[in-house]
Amino acid sequence: MHVTSPVRTPLVTGGKTYADVTEDICKQVEGKPTRAWTIAFVISFVVLIYGTCCVFWTWWEGLGVWGLNKTVGWAWDITNFVWWVGIGHAGTLISAILLLFRMKYRTSINRAAEAMTIFAVICAASFILMHMGRPWLAYWALPLPNAFGSLWVNFNSPLVWDVFAISTYFTVSLVFWYMGLVPDLATIRDRATSKVSRYIYGAFSLGWNGGAKTWARYEYISLILAGISTPLVLSVHTIVSMDFATSVIPGWHTTIFPPYFVAGAIFSGFAMVQNLMLITRVVFKLEDYITFEHIESMNKIITLTGSIVGVAYITEFFIAWYSGVEYERYAFLNRMLGPYWWAYWAMMTCNVISPQLFWSRKIRRSVTWTFVLSVVVNIGMWFERFVIIVTSLHRDYLPSSWAMFTPTMFDIGDYIFSFGLFFTLFLLFAKFLPVINMFEVKAIIRSASEKLPASVSGVAKGERVTSPSFNKNAE
Amino acid sequence: MSHHNDSAKFLVGVYDDDEVVLKAVTEVKSAGVRIHEVYTPFPIHGLDVALGHPRTRIGIAAFLFGLTGFLCMVSLTYYTMGSDWPMVIGGKDNYAYPAYVPVMFELTVLFTALGMVGTFLVSNGLGPTTKPLMFDLRSTDNKFVMAIDLGKNKKSEAEIATVLRASGAAEVNVKQF
Repeated sequence: MHVTSPVRTPLVTGGKTYADVTEDICKQVEGKPTRAWTIAFVISFVVLIYGTCCVFWTWWEGLGVWGLNKTVGWAWDITNFVWWVGIGHAGTLISAILLLFRMKYRTSINRAAEAMTIFAVICAASFILMHMGRPWLAYWALPLPNAFGSLWVNFNSPLVWDVFAISTYFTVSLVFWYMGLVPDLATIRDRATSKVSRYIYGAFSLGWNGGAKTWARYEYISLILAGISTPLVLSVHTIVSMDFATSVIPGWHTTIFPPYFVAGAIFSGFAMVQNLMLITRVVFKLEDYITFEHIESMNKIITLTGSIVGVAYITEFFIAWYSGVEYERYAFLNRMLGPYWWAYWAMMTCNVISPQLFWSRKIRRSVTWTFVLSVVVNIGMWFERFVIIVTSLHRDYLPSSWAMFTPTMFDIGDYIFSFGLFFTLFLLFAKFLPVINMFEVKAIIRSASEKLPASVSGVAKGERVTSPSFNKNAE
Repeated sequence: MSHHNDSAKFLVGVYDDDEVVLKAVTEVKSAGVRIHEVYTPFPIHGLDVALGHPRTRIGIAAFLFGLTGFLCMVSLTYYTMGSDWPMVIGGKDNYAYPAYVPVMFELTVLFTALGMVGTFLVSNGLGPTTKPLMFDLRSTDNKFVMAIDLGKNKKSEAEIATVLRASGAAEVNVKQF
């Protein structure tokens, strides 16, 4: 049984019963779309259409529409790819690693965070397809005899590892997320009044009925999925970092990349979860489910991972100096003081300094501060990838080939496409699927059943109702 | 639940509380009543043990699927890099297996996840066309439902209903399929 110590602040406030949980979450799915949702959806969809036109033109005309040149062959495309993949790390981290650590606060946020993960990975994958230039040949990345001759993909290449890592990560995350949804979809199916929704939610809930044997197996597979997803989530960004680290470009060729990238990924992912959850919380009135405890716990992880990233930045500099390699030293000095100094200092300010504000309890429990700082963190993390990619490339060994990268409207338009896609998908999710994992939340609250005779439960009813539901910082 | 017989008649005890239903399972069983299954809105730890369900062997299946994935990738990398079109890269062996560990790991995870979830769905008879066997629609909301197959019990309907009520059931209903 889930017994919460009386000294702990409850994870769900407002004295909710099981029926309240069902009602609070399902009414978002069952009701008509709210005005706020409709407006947000229309905006996202318009953005998506504009972005789709840009992507279409990029494919039609070729990668020449981007601001790439002979020296800078990777710029916004890979920056955006790494940025989105990084964001896509929080969901599986929350649902897998926090499950293994038995962190129960994950129950209110894991569903939305996993959905975010899946959509972020879709956005990341779209940049992979875009930067191929000829996406209809994307299957060349698969281990098929090259052009159906006899040459194979090179399994020594991290780019090939990436194909396996990202597609495995996407598939496993999707399966994990969907398996988590099945019991909740059954709840919606059993409440459905219209024939259409009973049919649709019925099909997707796979005939779930919540038998004890099914639940026992379900919990077992959830644990194993969490166990295999934990190394998986760490492997994905490790492999992404190896796209750079196994090359011989000064500024990329560093062994610190894997842990540094993984910490950065968790850092930006949690920031994005904060942004999405703070909005969802207000729009869907879920303040009792996503409490200040949740916001604070996530901010602590943001501070931790932000500090790891900060230490990594400084270590990189030290190693560049200590290596004694002229090119390595120049690459890092150029980052800090060269023509892209502003990108470097934007990264330093946003990623290293801003999360340190969360040492103040007042700031990490403030909705406004959390929201603003989370946006700042994601701006910083975008600049981190931009700094790593563009400043390492734009001044190579041959000063005559030094160049600058300037984005064109298609670089920007293709980035905007990913935002349109991400928010359109997230809004559809928020409307048609339960944004909070109902069965997991029910499992962590202790019900206050009205009809319960004290003698039967073995727990005095008074004791159950008066679990401390104090809410220190009510809004 | 694909193995129920079509004309079965069930007695359904509806409980309001997870702790009550967990205790009730032991009480009902010790009163000599055979329980068909208990349906709950969320997993209750220890309920499967109380009901006497055997421990699931799905972990074995998961391991075997993972092993299959691993061996598939070992074979694929060996065939492509070491045998079909060997190339010398950086003066290393043709089959430089440490470089293939990442892809071996990924395929192990992929096969484990898909195979295990597939096994789970098949062994529980879950699928998009499965009609759920619901004894009480509220068991996916806030009620804990104990189903007793009257055809598999020697006691009379009235006797079993008394046992269920005594164990804390708020309602006792009859359900015929």
